[in-house]
This record gives sequence, structure tokens and C-alpha cells, in this order.
Amino acid sequence: MTSLHPRALVAAFLVGATAVQAQDTTQKGVRIGLTYERGVRPRVAVLPFAGQHGDSLRVMIGRDLDFSDRIEVEPAAAIGAYEAASGGGTRPPNYGLWKTLGAAAVIQGTANGTGVTVSIHDVARARVAETREFALSGPATGEEWRMAVHGVSDEIERWITGTRGAAQSRILYVRNRQVYVIDSDGAGERALTQGATALSPSWHPSGRYIAYSTFGARGTEIHVRDLRDGTSRRLATASGLNITPEWSPDGQSIAYAHGQENGADLVLAAAFGDGAGARRITVGKGTDNTSPSFSPDGRRLAFTSGRSGHPEVYIADTDGANAELLTPFQFGRPSYRSSPSWSPDGRVVAFQTRGDGEFQVATIALRDRSMKQLTSEGANEDPSWAPDGRHLVFTSSRSGVKQLWILDLETGRSRQLTRSSGGARLAAWSRILGSSP
Amino acid sequence: MPRPFRLAAVLFLAAAAIVSGACNRRRAVAVPVPAPAVANRDSIDAAARARTDSLARVDQARRDSLARVQAAADSVSRMASMRTEAMRSAVMSPIYFDYDSDALSEDARSKLDAKLPFLSADQAMRLRIAGHADERGSDEYNLALGQRRAAAAKRYLAQRGIADARIEIISYGEERPAEQGADESVWRQNRRAEFEITAGGGQPGTSGS
Repeated sequence: MTSLHPRALVAAFLVGATAVQAQDTTQKGVRIGLTYERGVRPRVAVLPFAGQHGDSLRVMIGRDLDFSDRIEVEPAAAIGAYEAASGGGTRPPNYGLWKTLGAAAVIQGTANGTGVTVSIHDVARARVAETREFALSGPATGEEWRMAVHGVSDEIERWITGTRGAAQSRILYVRNRQVYVIDSDGAGERALTQGATALSPSWHPSGRYIAYSTFGARGTEIHVRDLRDGTSRRLATASGLNITPEWSPDGQSIAYAHGQENGADLVLAAAFGDGAGARRITVGKGTDNTSPSFSPDGRRLAFTSGRSGHPEVYIADTDGANAELLTPFQFGRPSYRSSPSWSPDGRVVAFQTRGDGEFQVATIALRDRSMKQLTSEGANEDPSWAPDGRHLVFTSSRSGVKQLWILDLETGRSRQLTRSSGGARLAAWSRILGSSP
Repeated sequence: MPRPFRLAAVLFLAAAAIVSGACNRRRAVAVPVPAPAVANRDSIDAAARARTDSLARVDQARRDSLARVQAAADSVSRMASMRTEAMRSAVMSPIYFDYDSDALSEDARSKLDAKLPFLSADQAMRLRIAGHADERGSDEYNLALGQRRAAAAKRYLAQRGIADARIEIISYGEERPAEQGADESVWRQNRRAEFEITAGGGQPGTSGS
């Protein structure tokens, strides 16, 4: 541990120096007042939290800030060594020391029975920039409590960078042909369905409901589950193929692929009605049209279609008008592109693409149709955007078994989210959630 | 002892007495009369044996005849079960597809043709065709592809006179592979449509059988 000190000091100094040089550009943290160039991450030290469950709080918040990829979090091991010199506990930190170490901000916290008080220190100005008390509901370290702590992390991230973090979110996915959910930090993994094969989970924008498809007696069916009371019901669909449900951004409708004996077309149905009057969106003329993803304004859809002879990504208005090929057709080359996910800022669509080798995750810009391949190791499939618009979760075989991985598009950092036996796939990232489902 | 036999024995004894009386009259000398009881006992035994043998023969003949009938019945049933087996094997034989395709190959068509006579002969027979895909495509798009494969098989049979209502289709996408593995020999086995007899076809326990 002590052998790390000289190196950590040099690294900290360098990062701090870069941060200071970059004063004239881009985003401004609302509380800290520093500005950072794209790609430069402010260095932040999360000191040990006082009070009950202080350790859990500090670990979770430090990890959330790290996973945000916007902030460079001082390694906890290094902090342990500096702690005595910096004051420790609830006493003010030693600003001079942290300044030398290159930290832009120092975070302190004290937990009490019902919440946590967090202070952020502006190291450059040697003062407390913000102090706030956060309520933490639910039993300590339980699901609800953890979601509330992720909310604290996201607010701290806003104090530092000016942009709220996305740690307070969950990811739905399929494991052993059942729907599971996991927190954005990889904790709290649990099954939401049991029994019949369940696929293609999708979040209601509120996070309260999910929709998914199952293999039922009459073909594939779509189910809607209320995560608050645990009830579920079948969406009234015609018999046959009913797959890939996707909630509209207003939460009122579900788009899904329906087919009987002549291909599959996208249809739009009221999510909470009796399903009567499902309206057809695409006219695939016997081809398959699946996997819809709404634009953030809810007015357009990206989807997979085989209408050109092999799967490509198309976009259309939600009434089916103005359908056009999004991913450019490559003449004479066998390609396969599918599983689009429209970014939260509406500017790009992520999808999976394959030429000669394995599937890889790529993005295509709506404006100039420029494509960017984001992965190259193993097979990478079914991307879904984080609510922060800079992270993608997707299935990757890079570790052997298919698991969920998260990629930060800004830094290129990636981390493994699931380590589930039986693998994980078909991920769907929620929006920012409240502390309760 | 049955009555006719006893009567025959009495008549036999009476006849023997008459014969020996005549002899006595011709030759007055006392000749020891053979004990009639001995001769009679032999005759009785012989008759009894003959009777027993005859009964056994009849019994054997009856048994042989029964065995022949049984054998014939067995053979008929064996043939019927062979026919059922042949029918089921033809009807349930899966068909295979090219990558990302629902086109019916020549082999697939001939396998579908082989099902037609059985489907025509047994109007109670109903089928469920399940379409499957290999693991290479998108998990979701493969569900639609499986449906298209099952539909292609159904359409072929329907165009050749099999009523639409007798065939239901379902897709399992890549979720139920026939073989596990990651090379073309495995994928080829998984790009398929399977045929399940849901009624008729000598299926015990299904409606319509």
C-alpha cells in the first residue's frame, strides 16, 4: 500500500495540473466552479463516512462516482494513508494536502438513523461548497435504501460536473430465459419472472412497470408486470407471434412485433387498455419487422427489418410514414444489422452489426449517417442506452460466457456488470428511478 | 367313467360269455376258462388310452389353431404398428433451412411431400409446426425468422390440400436448439422446423384418436 504513494502523488499532481489548465472550456460544475475539458476528469476524494453504515455509504458513493466515468475517484487505499494528515472523521479536511495531491473536491459524510448528511469541499477555495441532508428510506442496505444512496451519488456528481449522474437506475435483462433486474452498480440482482420462457424486457418510463414476451399456449405473448404490487397481466394480443415490446416515452403505449403466417409487423397498442384496436405501424409485406426503439420525443421508431432481404435498421414515424433505411446497405457484402436503441439525446442510434465476423456494437448519427464501431472483442450485441446518454449496456462474449458489459463512449472504459451463471443478455437500461420501484 | 363306455364294456363281457358258452358246449372237457377280467381290463385300458390320446390330439389341435390365430393377429398388429411408426417418422421428420432463410430446399419439399399421404389418410390428424433458428442472428429477430420458417412449411402443406385449421405454428427462435455448439454442423441442425402430432395419427391420449 505504501509503495503506491509516490506514484499516486505524481499521477494526482499531473491530473490536477491538467484540470487547472483546462479552465476555459465546456461544462461548469454548479458548486465547485471549476471547468473541465472533455475527457479530463476531476479528481475527488471520498473520505470515510461517520455513523452507522458509513462504510457502505462511502463504498457505494465512491463506486458510483467512479462508474460515472466523469470523475477520477481517489483510491480508498490511498485515502486511508492520507486520512490522518487530512483531519479525518468530520473535521475539516487538510485543504493544503489535498491540493498538493491534485484533488478538486473532498467529500465527507455522516450517517444517522434516517439519512446521511454530505458535504463537498472545494479544495481550491478551501471551503465547504455544499452541505445537504439526504433522506434514506427503507431498511439499511436494502433495495430501496441503495437506490436512495445512488441518488445521493448522482447529486454529488451534479455538484462536481454540472450534470446529474445516472447511478440511480436499474437494468433489466434475461438470464436462464427469465427476466432479471440489477442495479447500475451490479448489486441487487434478482429474478422478476419465473416459469415460462421470458424475453425482451422493457421499462415503463416510470420504472414501475415492465413488459416482456413469453412462450405461451397461443404462441408468444406479451405480459405487463407491476413491480410495485407484483401483479402481472397478459396484454390482449392476437394469437401468433407477439414479441419485442417497447414502451412509448409517454408510458401510454407499447409497440411490439406481431405476426401470424406472413411475416411480422410492428403494431402499437394501449399499454393499459384491453389491447383492442392495436394499430399496425409497419407494412413489411411478408418480411420481419421487430425490436422497436422510440425516439425520445416519441414521434419516431427505429427497428429491425428484413425488407431488403437481410436484417437492417430502419426508422419510421410512429404512424408508419416516412420509413427509411438508416444503416447503409453495403452492396455485395453480407451484412446483418439489428436491435437498435435510440439515444436519450435523440442524435444517434446504437445497434449491432455483423459483416464477416462476430456481431459488434456500433452507433450511427441521425444527421450525417456516420457510423462508429464501438467494440471489437468477442461478440457484442443488443445495446441499450444509459439515461446519461454516454454509457451503453450490451451483451458481450468477451469473458467467455455472454454477460452484460457497460461501455463509456467518452473514455472508452468498460466494465462487466453481470457475472451470472447461465449468462445474461437482452439488456434494457431504465431511466433515472426514484428510491422506490 | 362315461356311460357309453360302460355300456360297451358290458356288451363286450356278454359277447365273451356267449362265445365261451358255445365252446363249453362243443368241448365237454373242462378247459380252464381264461379269466375274463384280465382281458377286459386290457381292453378297458387300451380304450382309455385311445380315448386319452384322442382327447390330447384334439386339445393340441385346438392349441395349435389358437396359436396360429394369435400369430396372425400378432403379425397384423406388428404390421399396423410398423405402419404407425413409418407414418409418425414421415410426419414428424424435421426439415432444415439455409442461414437467415425460410426458403424450402428440395430436401425440405420432398420431406413435406412424404407427409401428405398420411395427412390425407387421417383427417383427424393435427399438427403443430415449430420454427427454430441457429444462434447466430439476433435473439429477437430469430423469433420472427422461426415463425416465418414454420409458416413456409404450413403454406406448402396447405397449398397441397391440407386444411389450414389442422396446422398451427409457433416459433421458438434460437431458444430451443436441437444441438449445442458453435459451428456450422451444429447450426445446420438447429435451423429447422419440427412437426408435432397434436391429434390423430394413432396418438393415444390425444383428442381425435
